Amino acid sequence: MVRKTLVATEAHGEEGGLVFHPLDQFIVKPLFGEAGDAVHWYTITNVTLWMALAVIAIVALFVFGSRGRAIVPTRTQSIGEILYGFTYKMVEDVAGKDAVKFFPYIMTLFMFILFANYLGLLPMSFATTSHIAVTAVLALAVFLTVTIVGFVKNGAKFLGLFWVSSAPLALRPILAIIELISYFVRPVSHSIRLGGNIMAGHAVMKVFAGFAAVAAISPFAVVSITAIYGLEVLVAGVQAYVFTILTCVYLHDALHPSH
Amino acid sequence: MEGDIAQLGQFIGAGLAGIGSGAAAIGVGHVAGNFLAGALRNPSAAGGQTATLFIGIAFAEALGIFSFLVALLLMFAV
Amino acid sequence: MATETENGVADAAHGAAEASGAGMPQLEFSTFGNQIFWLVVALVIIFFVLSKIALPRIAGVLAERQGTITNDLAAAEELKQKAVDAEEAYKKALADARAEANKIVADAKAEIQSDLDAAQAKADAEIAAKTAESEKAISEIRAGALESATEVAKDTTKEILAAMGFSADAKTVDAAVSERIKG
Repeated sequence: MVRKTLVATEAHGEEGGLVFHPLDQFIVKPLFGEAGDAVHWYTITNVTLWMALAVIAIVALFVFGSRGRAIVPTRTQSIGEILYGFTYKMVEDVAGKDAVKFFPYIMTLFMFILFANYLGLLPMSFATTSHIAVTAVLALAVFLTVTIVGFVKNGAKFLGLFWVSSAPLALRPILAIIELISYFVRPVSHSIRLGGNIMAGHAVMKVFAGFAAVAAISPFAVVSITAIYGLEVLVAGVQAYVFTILTCVYLHDALHPSH
Repeated sequence: MEGDIAQLGQFIGAGLAGIGSGAAAIGVGHVAGNFLAGALRNPSAAGGQTATLFIGIAFAEALGIFSFLVALLLMFAV
Repeated sequence: MATETENGVADAAHGAAEASGAGMPQLEFSTFGNQIFWLVVALVIIFFVLSKIALPRIAGVLAERQGTITNDLAAAEELKQKAVDAEEAYKKALADARAEANKIVADAKAEIQSDLDAAQAKADAEIAAKTAESEKAISEIRAGALESATEVAKDTTKEILAAMGFSADAKTVDAAVSERIKG
């Protein structure tokens, strides 16, 4: 892989002096020791660092921010309260009132993704949510939760989600297959949407950063990076929101499977 | 020039896959534009549908991201 | 050509790449275990911190605030009621005071009026008495003057008669003069 990208780089390097490493920022490497060291499951890597920072930020915001339990909130506490109220309302409105007991679970996902996205936007940082492995675990966790909750709550009636009783009888088997496929595609699209968006944004910024090395177009490149950075700030928030709201939608399906 | 026919195919394929991003952009524009048209007709109902708007945009954009992913896979992974 | 060999290597590496990851760091399968492990650790920590500490605390704070607001609103409502009551009492007091004032004014007015009436009556009476007295005096004066004039006229007439050589009876002259004066 390293060799292959080198080839691509050389090809560009010969022509315009451009050096692109748009995907190098996503390389998982150990924090301590040599760059080429093997990455075991327990190795402390940049993934560990940036996830730990996300955890610390969340703890700082929600635990230390609300330490005073002030009736008139401090600024940090009111940010925490706004996020709490926002997520709570989302769960209540989209997933239904009986989904409120899943609120801590959804809040965990939302906060982790939100903070990982925003921490990933810091220059020189590592975007943990740009990795399919991470987002796939998140999406699979949602998928398994939703499926298990659906079967535990509704038993065999959960299969009614695939058997569209409002459709003509002849169409129902076909619809059932389509519904079944779309149900199993959910975790795929759910994870790739998040990972792909973050990866795409970071890679595009990196490409423009490569253009900035060329004096003639560097002002254009810098302005573009600024604009794309603004877009990415929006995307980071929106993708976390979308991931969460889709979780709520799936949860709603699991709790109320009849269409 | 270096490379071979397989690499040529990769790059052409990646470029073609990039078209998908533009298609997704059309889709997202469609979603947002229709939302705006509806919202201007009935502004009081628009506030409650922002969640639906974002879900629609997310579904439309996901497919664009898939095509981007295909392009990336062709460029770097195949 | 170099490309040829390179491609040969690439294709060979390609086969291996399927297993061990390819050009994208995202598909570097050897790092998946690491990422998933730390992700699970992070999620578990966040979940426990949120569900055990942060969320109940924030929920408590919000509920407490809601309670405080409700209490404050109730207290405000009470105070408002009190203010309304106070305003009513004030209005009543004002109306009473006004009535009292009106009464006092009316009393004073009546008193003054009666005083005035009495004084006027007294003054009228005095004036009437004085007038009567004056009229009496005037009539007396007038009577006096008439008598004097009659006397003068009688005397004058007697003198004239005497001067003319007539001797007249005094009584007859008096009667004639009186007759003339009356007529």
